[in-house]
Parts: sequence; structure tokens; C-alpha cells
Amino acid sequence: MIEAILLTIVTASTPLLLAAIGELVVERSGVLNLGVEGMMVMGAVGGFLGMMWTGNPFIGAIVGILFGMALSALFGFLVLSLATNQYATGLALTILGLGLSGLLGEAYVGRSAIRMPALDIPVLTDLPIIGRLVFGQDLIFYVSIALVIGVAWFLFSTKQGLTLRAIGDNHASAHALGIKVIRYRYLAVLFGGGCAGLAGAYLSLVYTPQWAENMTAGRGWIALALVVFASWRPARVLAGAYLFGAVSIGQLHAQALGIAIPSQLLTALPYLATIVVLVIISQNRRLTMINTPASLGKSFVPDR
Amino acid sequence: MKTTLLTTLATATALSLTMAPAAFAQQDTAEACFVYVGSATDGGWSQAHDEARQAVDEHFGDAVTTRYVESVPEANSEGTIERLARSGCDIIFTTSFGFMDPTIAVAERFPDVKFEHATGYKTADNVTVYNSRFYQGRYIQGQIAASVSETGTAGYIASFPIPEVVQGINAFLLGAQSVNPDFSLKVVWVNSWYDPGAEADAAKVLIDQGVDVITQHTDSTAPVQEAEARGIKAFGQASDMIEAGPTAQLTAILDTWAPYYIERVQAVLDGTWESESNWDGLADGILTMAPYTNMPDEIAAMAEETEEAIKSGELVVFTGPITKQDGTVWLEEGEVADDGTLLGLNFYVEGVDDQLPQ
Repeated sequence: MIEAILLTIVTASTPLLLAAIGELVVERSGVLNLGVEGMMVMGAVGGFLGMMWTGNPFIGAIVGILFGMALSALFGFLVLSLATNQYATGLALTILGLGLSGLLGEAYVGRSAIRMPALDIPVLTDLPIIGRLVFGQDLIFYVSIALVIGVAWFLFSTKQGLTLRAIGDNHASAHALGIKVIRYRYLAVLFGGGCAGLAGAYLSLVYTPQWAENMTAGRGWIALALVVFASWRPARVLAGAYLFGAVSIGQLHAQALGIAIPSQLLTALPYLATIVVLVIISQNRRLTMINTPASLGKSFVPDR
Repeated sequence: MKTTLLTTLATATALSLTMAPAAFAQQDTAEACFVYVGSATDGGWSQAHDEARQAVDEHFGDAVTTRYVESVPEANSEGTIERLARSGCDIIFTTSFGFMDPTIAVAERFPDVKFEHATGYKTADNVTVYNSRFYQGRYIQGQIAASVSETGTAGYIASFPIPEVVQGINAFLLGAQSVNPDFSLKVVWVNSWYDPGAEADAAKVLIDQGVDVITQHTDSTAPVQEAEARGIKAFGQASDMIEAGPTAQLTAILDTWAPYYIERVQAVLDGTWESESNWDGLADGILTMAPYTNMPDEIAAMAEETEEAIKSGELVVFTGPITKQDGTVWLEEGEVADDGTLLGLNFYVEGVDDQLPQ
């Protein structure tokens, strides 16, 4: 039973974690991409189409990543090369992604996907409680954990990571130092798009192996909130995503057990928890200032 | 052609001026418009309405044109409905419970346009409400669930605590209790009509808690798909979901709105349209059951028998003795619930393992 609950929590948390860790890198570079939901839903349709064309869910996942990246490339071109308003462009990206994905996937609504197979190692996978949890997951789960570790290492232990953070804090100074601000930001935006795409592909290939219009149902927005929730720190994104997943699955279990709490309140719990944590962390203004990329959301035009 | 139409219109106007209401405001063509809460290809609720719209198109040929707007959020549907009313629709079908107040509001401003609101309870001179007695199908599902279940517990994935959903839960349990008096039902509210992820989560949670049959009052195929993956049984909702669960789906409640829509559009053409409250069921063909599959023959036979009994009126689902969840008597022996009570149903019958959100 505990194993079953934990497995369900992992499934609910993984797409949030993937999208959030990608967005974290984007925001660390000083770019705010509000189009996570759009890139994610494009990843979902891409993953499904890729799987349909090739019959292979792994190739599907790669197509999903590419779809997410393609949309983020458009975003990058607009906000980085043309210096458009990041908020408006991001919102437009979400609307575009939702519409475009519906169009692309129209012929496939209601068809089932080939579910991405889970890892199966003799003995290890059969261990009680932790067996399936640690050794019996699908590939994307392991990728999500590896990404958190990789991003943490990159941001805080490599020169490029430091440069990226410097750009996010003050793009003008970074530019004066001869750092290629736009190039770094392009790469960060593409990385974020790829992660959101993979998160979407996880939805259409593992979570609910099918394509349904608007199947992300707001998860991209939760991922955005998680980045702030985590005060732009990878380990806290991991904790936040799993906390969110745990509360949303926990409330369903509470309901099924017949625990007498209003279900509307239970459904609101994960969101309430996010708000409470946001309130708590914004109490300490200095800490918030230290963690927030100072150039976040500001356009940068090199020659001005 | 044009002259005839103009003459007809002129006559109609003259008639309506002199002897309102216009008794014979016939027209040669009509435009029927539809508002969907989900996508027209959602594989469930909205798709069922859209299939009926296509049937209207086919039935009338050139005489009737249809238009639809999909994925309209309930909260700000008024603008959409108003645009349709303004742009020449003769009759507008708004197909979700949450469209009720916006429909009434727009109808007041456009007295010449006919409105038909699905699943609500507010009418006006130019607003008809129509609904299907889905609960009749739920009763059959309950009987099937109690017959095939080994754990004696079914799971119910519910959307919002509105009367229509509560009717379904009660009818399902009454059906199940008619086969197994100790049958229990776990209800999980996802507070959404459509969220494949959350619906799948709810299905997983219910299966983990030991149910071996799930039924849903939400619109995506995710719960049926999850049931298929976990090797348990499920019921389709609004559309046939057999593709999502080839070995899981026992049957499905199918919304077949086509005959009703054709009848109502015909009434507009004939000029005989009037505001009504229509609540049809299995007997009228507005509600049909998908083939009884993945179950032993004798259970399928029982289900067919029940279906026939409901159609003939021999079996009425909400007939006493029925006790409410709190132990008080709702219906005495032989007493039949009136439609007014059902349309405002806000309590469970005895045996539901859940507290109804108020």
C-alpha cells in the first residue's frame, strides 16, 4: 500500500519537477518564460506523435523534447533577438502552444499510446517497498533526478554556471565583461523548452498514455510557481515538486478513505500549501533578494 | 426563394404583431449553434454533443446550417453565447451545467432567439432545459458492478457535487445494493470535468484502496485506460470508451442527443418551438448503453433485462423504500421520487462511504 502511494506520488511529481528544473535555469539566466504550459503541451503532443510514427515511446520522448525546444526557440527569437516584453510573449506562447497542439493532435484524440516500459532488474526491482520505487521506474524519472543533480552541479560548481548566474543578476555588467549574454540566454531558454517538452511527453507517454487536448491542465503554471517556491534552488525544486505531488495524491487517498473534510478544500490544498510557503519565504526580504535573479524579466539589448 | 422567405418573414412579423405569439412562424432555413465546454473531440461529453450536431447537419441538408464553439470556459461563457445570438443563430444549445446563468442572461437580451440549455433547471419564455436521465444507466452499471466485483467495493470518480452527479452516485449504489446489499462505494471528487492526469490519479488511488470496478462522472478516458493497465473493470462515460479499455470497459452510458436535437430544430423550422423542460431517458433513446462486454453472459442478460424494465416503466430507479445516508426515510415503500426532488438532489442514500460536499 505504501509502495503504491509512493509510486503514484512519483508519477504526479515528475512532470512538475522536469518543467520546473528547466524553468529554473531559464530564470537563473534572467529570462522569465511564462510559456511553460504551452511548451509542455507541445511536448505532450510531440511525444505522442513521435510514438505514433515510430511505435517507440523513447523516440516519442525525444520528439517531445524537440517540440518543446522548437516553441522555446520561437520565444528566444522574440524576447532575445527582438527584445519583446517577456511577460506578454510568454503568455502568448502558452496560448499558441495550447492551440497548435490541439491542431496537431486532432486526429489522435482517444487513441492509446504505448506506455513507456519501466525498468525491471531481477531481484532489485522485487525488493519490498523501495524495489519498484528505486529500481522499477521509467527512464524519464531517472532523467528528472539526474537533471536536478546536473543543474545543481552546473550552476554552483562550474565556471559556465557562475557566468549564467552573473548574467541573470546583472546582464549589463556581464556584457561589459565580454560575456555573450544573448548566447547564454538562448541556450538556457532552449534547455528550459526541452525540459518542458520532456515533462509533456511524460504526460502523454507515462502518466496517461494518450493524447487529449489541453492535457497538461495547468501543470505548467504549477511548475512556474514551484521555481519561486524553491527560491531558484534545484534541491528545493525537487522538494517542492514532491511535496506538491504528495499533497495532491494524499488528498485523493483521504477522500477515498471517507475522511470527512470538504473535497473542495482538499483539492485546493496543494495550491494553498504553495501560497503558504511563498508567504513564508518572502518574509525574509534579504534572503529573497539574494536568491532572486536581479535581471529577471528585463529585456536586454547589447548595444544600448 | 428569397422573396418567399421575405414574405414568410413579413407574414410572421405581421402575425406576431397582431396575434402574439406567432402560431405559424414557419421558416425555410435555420441556423443552429452549439456551445461546448470541452473540445469537440474530447472522446466524451462534448464529442457526444458534436456527433449529434453533425447528425442535425446531415438530417436537414441545406435547410439548416450549424456552428459550434468548443472549449468554452463556464465562468466566462456569456460573451460567447451573446456573440452567437447576435450573429444570426436561430437556436443555441448550451451544453454544460455551468452555462445556465449566462444562457438565461443572454436569452433575456435576445427574446427572438431560442435557447436550449442542457442539464440545468432554469427556464424562460425562450429557454428550454433538456437533460437525460443518466441515472437510469448508472443503476444498470451498479448492478453490473456488484455482480462482477470480487472485493465488494466500487470506486466513483466524481466531478462537482451538483444534483446530476449526486443522482448518478445514488442510482449506482441502489443498483449495486439490489444485487449485493452490503456493497460499498468509495467516492473521490476531482473538482474538474476534464483533467486526464487528476482523473488517472483518482483511479490509481481507488485501485490501491481495493476497489476492482471504477466508474466516472468526468469526461476523459484516463480512468478507463488506468483500469485497463491495472487489470480491473470500468465503465465508459458519455461516449463509448472501449478503445481505451478493450478488456476493461463493461459498458458505457452513451449520450445520443441526435434525435432530440433534430426534433427541436424541426420545431424551429415549423414555428412550433416552445419553452419546455425535457427530461428523457432510456425509453426515449436519448440515453443508450454501449454493448455489455467483458462480463459473463448471465450478467449481461441481467443488465439487458434491467434496461428493458426501465424502458417499459416497470422499474423506476428512485422508488421506495429508500433511506437517506443520515438514516432518515426518504421514500416510503412504493413511493416514487418526483422530478423536482431529483433535480435538486443534495443528499446521499444509505451506504455511500463519503460525505457529500455542500
